[in-house]
Amino acid sequence: MLRMENVSKAYAHRERLVKALDGATLHIPNGDFVSVVGPSGSGKSTLLLMLGGMLSPSAGRVLLDASSVYDLSPSERARMRREKVGFVFQTFNLVPYLSALENVQVPLFLAKVDEKSQKDRAAALLDRVGLGDRFDHKPRELSVGQQQRVALARMLANDPAIILADEPTGNLDPDTSQQIIAFLEEFNAEGKTIVMVTHDPRAAQRAKRTLRLQDGTIISLETGDNGIDAA
Amino acid sequence: MKLRTLVLREIFERKSQLLTSFLAILLGITVIVSIKNISYYSEKAVAREMDSLGANVLVLPKSSTLQDYYAADMQGDTIPEEYVTQLAMSDLAGLDNISPKLSMPIELQGKTFTLTGILPKSEFQAKAAWSGAGIFSRPIGCGAGSIGMMGSEDKKTLARKRVIETLEDNEVLVGAEVAAKLGLKDADKLDVLGKTFNVTAVLPETGTVDDSRIFAHLHVVQDLSKKGPVINAIEVVGCCQEISKGLVEKINRLLPEAKVVTITQIADAQIKINRMMSNLSLMFLVIIIFVGGASIANYMYANVFERRREIGTLMALGANSGLVLRIFLSKALILGVVGGVGGYVIGTVLAVILGPKLAGVVVLPMPMLALLAVGISVALALLASYFPARRAARLDPCATFQEV
Repeated sequence: MLRMENVSKAYAHRERLVKALDGATLHIPNGDFVSVVGPSGSGKSTLLLMLGGMLSPSAGRVLLDASSVYDLSPSERARMRREKVGFVFQTFNLVPYLSALENVQVPLFLAKVDEKSQKDRAAALLDRVGLGDRFDHKPRELSVGQQQRVALARMLANDPAIILADEPTGNLDPDTSQQIIAFLEEFNAEGKTIVMVTHDPRAAQRAKRTLRLQDGTIISLETGDNGIDAA
Repeated sequence: MKLRTLVLREIFERKSQLLTSFLAILLGITVIVSIKNISYYSEKAVAREMDSLGANVLVLPKSSTLQDYYAADMQGDTIPEEYVTQLAMSDLAGLDNISPKLSMPIELQGKTFTLTGILPKSEFQAKAAWSGAGIFSRPIGCGAGSIGMMGSEDKKTLARKRVIETLEDNEVLVGAEVAAKLGLKDADKLDVLGKTFNVTAVLPETGTVDDSRIFAHLHVVQDLSKKGPVINAIEVVGCCQEISKGLVEKINRLLPEAKVVTITQIADAQIKINRMMSNLSLMFLVIIIFVGGASIANYMYANVFERRREIGTLMALGANSGLVLRIFLSKALILGVVGGVGGYVIGTVLAVILGPKLAGVVVLPMPMLALLAVGISVALALLASYFPARRAARLDPCATFQEV
């Protein structure tokens, strides 16, 4: 369960106060799939980073399950991310000098999993996303679609309950985008909660609910066929 | 995957960027190790010379320069052998031993050595007996007393006392290094410039250029060099009391065409060189700290900047600041250890090769310097990387995400 309680984020830009997020209140139950849409600069990424414990709010609280994320110490927050949250980025953010297999091993290494188990799990995850024959390839030796699939495998490594995706299809062609969204739907069907920032209306439609942001304010949370209520 | 994998993979991926910093630290450590190594053995040689060698006055050609006591007879200029007789016949008090030398470079089995002609004591005794005067007829107490006691010592005393009782025309004494390089032992035969000699003795190692000398009778060397009755230097064991009473000035008056110096002056020169080398080493230490440190810090800052997205990603995946700090400091540690070990190895090889040429001393590797080299190198790399690493650990991962 993710919850935002009257969350605001303001920062100074050239001596002007900019409100990236303004009084956002939101409840995302377990197993939800929410797409976040809105024009550039509307606060989508800010909202996502706050949900992931990466950006502290100026006011309000962010709760993950029962705990207030920003009342935790930085290292407790890092552990929370490691155990409960999986990030997917528009630019994949793979480590360029590591192979596909090693990239997937990174979260397992951070969770202090032994080396043998790291390799076994990473291999199984790459198999799952259809890259069983690309273990030793560096990111630059993979197509963008394949890179995003490695990123999906890496995101799944620690079996996170929550997936936060920032424009996961932003750099992909329509066919590959479909593949990635299909994977996200599959993960959602397995019970994972997904929050996905997107500019792509077709990708947004595939979510259970769509959250609209404008100028840092939530302007609507449309309930899809699954009928999950907004807080 | 381990922390080590992450660090090493990154180093090998971007090794060309690291090269400048690595070279800065490697060169700095190399120079420090070389200088320290050579000056240690040079200082040791001076101490040994002062302690164990009797000769404390040196008579040389006017034009000679004094860089090294043991190389003092290697210059091309000569003085007449007649000076030896003049000294031996003089009524100067305080002359314990007189040892004239003539040296010439020779090549044996493709290697260069020094052939040094010396005059055994039996020749002086003959001269003294013939003239009925000179150093051997002086009163016992200062000087002459010690000469009579030399007779029973074997030929190896040359290595220590620079005096030899007898030396036949067909006899040579070889330094330890010559013997090792040519595979010579006592009673072997040795051909030098067309003449066959018996190796009377292999001298014990002294750690000086004497180790690469072959000693033969002075007159034989004069014949082989075709220079006539000349010598390069006369080593004189002077009585300390007499030296303080102006023995040097007296010899100077007796031999106005020669340069007369005391070993204290020579040792002073060597001590000055050693001090200069020690100062140089300190200067290099300061340079390496500034240049090497700045180079590493600069590289690390650039590396942190270049990797900010990667750092942000690691943080998003659950890495804490401590781990990010460890990633960069581990890299610095590797840089320091490799630079230190590499600098020690190259510096030691350079010292061993250049030591005999620059300082005229045999230089051996000093394992203690490895600790110093690695210590300096690691401390420098860690210090220079600490602030960049801390910056990495404090990066705001969000800021790194918003840049594309």
